Amino acid sequence: MNYKEEILISEKKLRNKTLFSFTVFILLIIAAVFAWKKLHQQPLVAGVSKPLRTVLNYNETFFSNFLSNEHLAKTYPLSSAVQRVRVNGDIGLKDNFDVSKWKLQVIRNPGDTLFLTLDDIKALPKTDIIFDFKCIEGWSQVTHWGGVKFSDFAAKYNLNAQTKMNYVGLSTPDKKYYVGIDMPSIMHPQTILCYEMNGKPLPMNQGYPLRLIIPVKYGVKHLKRIGTIFFSNERPPDYWYDKGYDYYSGL
Amino acid sequence: MKKVIKKHPLAIRWFHWINFPVIAIMVWSGMLIYWANDVYRLGWGDKTVLKFFPTSFYKALHIPFRLAEGMSIHFVFMWLFAINGFIYVLYLIFSSEWRFIFPNKKSLKESFLVVLHNLHLRKSIPPQKKYNAAQRIAYTIIIIMGMGSVLTGLSIYKPIQFHTLCSLLGGYEWARAEHFIFTILFTLFFVVHIIQVILAGWNNFRSMVTGLDVFPATNEILLEPVLINKVTQTGQIEVPGKNNFEPVISNKEGIGNDLILKEEETPSDGDKTNELSDINDTITKDENTPTQSGEKSN
Repeated sequence: MNYKEEILISEKKLRNKTLFSFTVFILLIIAAVFAWKKLHQQPLVAGVSKPLRTVLNYNETFFSNFLSNEHLAKTYPLSSAVQRVRVNGDIGLKDNFDVSKWKLQVIRNPGDTLFLTLDDIKALPKTDIIFDFKCIEGWSQVTHWGGVKFSDFAAKYNLNAQTKMNYVGLSTPDKKYYVGIDMPSIMHPQTILCYEMNGKPLPMNQGYPLRLIIPVKYGVKHLKRIGTIFFSNERPPDYWYDKGYDYYSGL
Repeated sequence: MKKVIKKHPLAIRWFHWINFPVIAIMVWSGMLIYWANDVYRLGWGDKTVLKFFPTSFYKALHIPFRLAEGMSIHFVFMWLFAINGFIYVLYLIFSSEWRFIFPNKKSLKESFLVVLHNLHLRKSIPPQKKYNAAQRIAYTIIIIMGMGSVLTGLSIYKPIQFHTLCSLLGGYEWARAEHFIFTILFTLFFVVHIIQVILAGWNNFRSMVTGLDVFPATNEILLEPVLINKVTQTGQIEVPGKNNFEPVISNKEGIGNDLILKEEETPSDGDKTNELSDINDTITKDENTPTQSGEKSN
């Protein structure tokens, strides 16, 4: 027991010290329980208690500083890509969809919308990517996608002014699913407007004719069946953000 | 008067008691997240011994369909866990406390003896300072586990930004599994820790709140007969303070066993006395007898 200096104190002093320590201890427990309860009584911001949301947004700023175009998602050989690609959601795909009427709408400015066909998009240089698609639920799958780099697309259609803004918003033709993405992530060299899976046109349940593949984000941001693209300095609405998820959802 | 040792510095008590609720919150919110893809099990082939986790377990704890909530809590309290742990390790390094915690050459061998002792298969434990060998190993492993949780956590939280770390840990899916295993180990540590704290008793628990390890109270009372004995034997009153009849106190981990061995007494066959004599040899050699002199002067 002689690992530290032994000291003598009077019983009274010991009792007072013990009493003081336990009073502080119990007060801290009460304070912690109180703080935890308070945390859950705070007003919600997009489904999450305000203080938590503030920290999550701070996390975005903090971790997005790590994001640069040099941080690429790992790519895999073609043989690693699975044939049975998991389908995890059909929001925005349920309504009767008339393929013949589909055109990609790119809102450059209010009142200035670009309408593009799938052939217009296919005319741009094609990029293939085989990467580990990660779902926010925790599973992942190595999958193979083909399409046009968003950065190539933006350059071709002269979206320079637009891509200097902070965010891109995308939504399905029926507007039932929508995502907001920060500009560095959408301009990332691995982000593609995708029209092929495993070398074939996208299946309907994977968002035919055109979907987003953005490897630096969780699957929730890989919107299927793009109807509209617009640009904004404010955060565009985001389906899962409104349901309490992180806006950034970046990897 | 009471003899005490300032066992736990204030800083360590803060680190400890902050860590407790923070880990609880991290484990709980982690389970809310894990539920969304609960793929781990113990077993081989098609045989599953234990599924992580059974449906009844989820239901009892109201875990299902709370992924977003789990993530929002996990990615906020992760800061407290990481910062508290980081400062704790810095504190250990820059104070002398690491000497009491990090294992030394003898710790591995001695820890087996401690375990045998805890299982009542061995009467004595090797001499120790603040912590016994098994505690040193456990408390060092828990630091490594904390670091492991942070590193595996980072590499599944931001696998592209921390891609080197992620691949060092065996890739995204391995890192997730490792993160899960660390969590299971944390909960197992928690269970064993609680049992040990209960067995160690009040003085030990109190020292984590007050910082003070209090020597057994019976100390001063038992001294008196020894003194009287001395006086009658020699016919003169000796000045206390020399080592001729010092009290011996066994206080393994502050359990508060008030075992006093008189110098004249031959250790009996009773196991408590035996246990005491083992400790006696090593612990009390350089001990003056401040207790005696202190008590006399009062």
